[in-house]
Amino acid sequence: MDIQSLAQTIPVEGEISLDGLDFISHGDEYLTFCLGEEHYGVEILAVKEIRCWETPTLIPNSPSYVKGVINIRGIIIPIIDLRIRFGVGEVVYEPTTVVIVLNVETEAVNRMMGFVVDAVSDVLSADEESIKPAPNFGGNIPSELVAGLINMDESVVTLLVTEQLLTLEEDSHD
Amino acid sequence: MAKILIVDDSASMRNMVKVTLQSAGHQITDAADGQEALNKAKQGSFAAVITDLNMPVMDGITLIKNLRTLPSYKYTPLLLLTTESGIDKKTAGKQAGATGWLVKPFNPEKLLSTVDRVL
Amino acid sequence: MTIDLEQFYEVFFEESLEGLDVMEQALLGASSNGVDDESINTIFRAAHSIKGGSGTFGFNEITDFTHVMETLLDEVRDAKRDLTEETIELLLKSCDCLRGMIESLQLKKELDSTESTPLIAAFEAILNGKSDKLIDSNNKIQNDTNSSLDTSDAEQTADAVDSDSILKDSFDLLLTDTVTKPSVAVDDVNAGTPSSKGWRIRFIPEPQILLTGNEPIRLFRELAELGEFTSVAHTENLPGFDSLTVDECLLSWTLQLLTDASKEDVLEIFDWVMDECSLEVTPLGDVPDTGIDKSEAERPALDSIDLEQEPAELVNIESASAVRAVDEEEKAAVVTQSIKKTEPEAGSASATSTGSIRVGIDKVDSLINLVGELVITQSMLSELGNNFEVEKLDRLSMGLEQLLQNTKELQESVMRIRMLPISFAFNRFPRMIRDLANKTGKKVELILNGENTEIDKTVMEQIGDPLVHLVRNAIDHGIEPVEERLANGKLEQGTISLNAYHQGGNVVVEIKDDGRGIDASVILAKAKEKGLVDGAAELSESRIFDLIFEPGFSTAAVVSDISGRGVGMDVVRRNINSLGGRIEIESKLGKGSTFKVFLPLTLAILDGQLVRVGSEIYIVPLISIVESLQIKPELVNQVGGNMALYRLREDNVPIIPIYKEFGIEAENTQLEDGLLVVVEGEGQKIGLLVDDLLAQQQVVIKSLVNNYRKVEGVSGATILGDGSVSLILDVGGLIRHASERSSKLRRSKKHIKAA
Repeated sequence: MDIQSLAQTIPVEGEISLDGLDFISHGDEYLTFCLGEEHYGVEILAVKEIRCWETPTLIPNSPSYVKGVINIRGIIIPIIDLRIRFGVGEVVYEPTTVVIVLNVETEAVNRMMGFVVDAVSDVLSADEESIKPAPNFGGNIPSELVAGLINMDESVVTLLVTEQLLTLEEDSHD
Repeated sequence: MAKILIVDDSASMRNMVKVTLQSAGHQITDAADGQEALNKAKQGSFAAVITDLNMPVMDGITLIKNLRTLPSYKYTPLLLLTTESGIDKKTAGKQAGATGWLVKPFNPEKLLSTVDRVL
Repeated sequence: MTIDLEQFYEVFFEESLEGLDVMEQALLGASSNGVDDESINTIFRAAHSIKGGSGTFGFNEITDFTHVMETLLDEVRDAKRDLTEETIELLLKSCDCLRGMIESLQLKKELDSTESTPLIAAFEAILNGKSDKLIDSNNKIQNDTNSSLDTSDAEQTADAVDSDSILKDSFDLLLTDTVTKPSVAVDDVNAGTPSSKGWRIRFIPEPQILLTGNEPIRLFRELAELGEFTSVAHTENLPGFDSLTVDECLLSWTLQLLTDASKEDVLEIFDWVMDECSLEVTPLGDVPDTGIDKSEAERPALDSIDLEQEPAELVNIESASAVRAVDEEEKAAVVTQSIKKTEPEAGSASATSTGSIRVGIDKVDSLINLVGELVITQSMLSELGNNFEVEKLDRLSMGLEQLLQNTKELQESVMRIRMLPISFAFNRFPRMIRDLANKTGKKVELILNGENTEIDKTVMEQIGDPLVHLVRNAIDHGIEPVEERLANGKLEQGTISLNAYHQGGNVVVEIKDDGRGIDASVILAKAKEKGLVDGAAELSESRIFDLIFEPGFSTAAVVSDISGRGVGMDVVRRNINSLGGRIEIESKLGKGSTFKVFLPLTLAILDGQLVRVGSEIYIVPLISIVESLQIKPELVNQVGGNMALYRLREDNVPIIPIYKEFGIEAENTQLEDGLLVVVEGEGQKIGLLVDDLLAQQQVVIKSLVNNYRKVEGVSGATILGDGSVSLILDVGGLIRHASERSSKLRRSKKHIKAA
């Protein structure tokens, strides 16, 4: 990933810069993003790239949050709108709308998907102590998707489990 | 280090001989039958030729006969690989002009020491 | 230095299995057409190569087995034995057995000898039956050789890994033989007695010894390694200097070797030249005056002379070496290519799915050439791009044209690498037909055509079973028993022919028999009985034939153990469909049937018709398109409320509007004047309603499942020229979906009637 171009091209909320980011670090760094007014985070090591929104190719008879598929260098990946999936925020596609491409290669999961979010906001360093267990959500977000919560200033960041996020498609269907 | 031509229709034997001789620093060209070997022998010059006996298209004995008619292979060591321990084959090989033979199965060490004998 | 032999195992297994296939083919050929020298040689060579390899790589069970086979085949080859039908049968069984053994080895399983032991015994029984005959035929020497061979091989069995001991065995053998030769006078009395001092060797090479590449200096060098070595050359036979030739060795030597080495060790060095010299080896101790024999004629040359300084010899050897030391640039030769598949093999991959493809040099060479051209085009274009001016537009478009051409050719060449001749799939049939004919008592001749037609390796691997099923069916249901054939005025022997050929972008494989043909009325009656079609339905003949492929349909009155073993024709069709192919039947009652299997050349690329529905572009595989047409309203019939049928000649084709099926927006939702793409799959036709027909083009198939999941009605995706993704329609799936819906409809109608 080219950090420089990433820093320039991503619409960043506020004045946070990605300069000096150490990507080869310990895996306890999170990329945070906004869905409406809410803040979420994913492990930064799973982030393959961040792209501008482009209209994907529709997948017939798919759930509303599956926006379709796009081509990333010859690989076909589905695009999931997390705002629809989690039922937060307003579903509009604006120039600032971005797609975070996550890639996980483990024994259980080996796939790549793109997630539509309102904006990327920050890179967050968090040690284990600062991650609080999540209370049982009653909302749209399945509890197995949530790794924990981090307090950031006045707001709360919900950390998502990347592997679960990428298997979400299979779990919620068939 | 020498340039050696190995001829065998069996890819595994060919590879085995090739890798073994390469590991001793020799430069190897290989061929899958006598005709291919003869063509390659004419194009290059080899310090020794090691050939299988039974092959399609052209067998080892015919290859040796043909090689001996070429001026550049008049004295070249030509070795036969054979499983047939029958004397008639060896005699036929010798009459065709083979330098000697190596009886299959052989291990890499035996192959190297035999090749050392002629180089 | 150690060489890990394990690295050669896989190649050995592969070539052995190939060798067995070749052997089997030749045996079957010999069985039906009689034996010729070439096929015997082929069979022999296959057994021989496997024996040689297995011995070298330490697979002793294989060596033992192939040894008895080889021995028998050798006798056949030398015309000492006929290749009887019984022997052929035994050899065929042996092929199967060896195949099993090799496959076990491939899977690193223990070898089970229950199958091989009786076969070996059978060979031995045949071989032993022979030995008396051989003695009768005054071939005693040969027989002795063979029996001593047997002992040497018995030892080989006991300790095959120790190749030195084997070598020595054969060496002993050689000795026994050479005893009879007058030219070598070996002192037998002393053979084997250890000498404390060493040996005196009288070595008189024949003049032409150099012409077999054997140089005395090399022999001496080896002797010198055994101990303290001195030599005396005898030059009495040398002609005058002017008549010296480089070809002849006219020297002889008396050699003295102070060593503990045995006489055998010494003789081994002379092994290769035994028949090209006169050799006398006597223990030094036996001769009172040790050292060089006083009685030697050449007293002046008595001093022990360093080999390298021996002048006369030097002449010979140097000139000999000079001739062969013509050191030229050797042409680089790439010979074996083994292109590994990139995808990892499943843990316990089946023995048949070998991980490599052997690729002919010509294919690789053509790739290299094409890449070369591509590089030239690329550099031309990049130079053009560095300082581009409008005037160069012509050259740019020329370059792009060239790039297009290069890419296309490169793509074709790369595809060719995965292509194998269909003979790989055909090869099993001669054997199978022979066995089946024996089993059923029918007489069947197999004719293979177009075996060199190439097809993608993956398609080949997956088409094997369906083809086997179709061929079995042809024998079981198609070809009539002999009496029935004769009664119908046919030849006693039935014919099954397998033809493969290219047609458009497909490979067509035909399985044709001259049997009794398919009785359409029987099929229809049965289908009605099973409720597969409406009682009153009238169907075209081809539609009736297609009923054979319906699940739950089996025509055989008696389910034999040849066909109808649970796997039905429906599975055959499904397998062919899943490869992107289709199957057609032609049949004439009393004359025979032809099953035509249409297969894609490759699974990686597909010939597609681009169609547009609203803003989406879909790909319809060209292979499944029957025709595309503009809807004529008068041919549309509405049935059951929301199902429209289109009358296409005698067929009523259900119209499937893609926009409805996929729940998307379309420009045209009216059937009138709409565009209909009629496709066929699994024996059924449907018409896809689309907005527009676009180009036809080859598309590279990409998986949707990797990162998403299977999507109903879609078999995959591809990337179009502008980088956007387009979905490939799953014609079979759409048809299944449509027929499920119509049967639901039918059921509910029945329900209404009943109520």
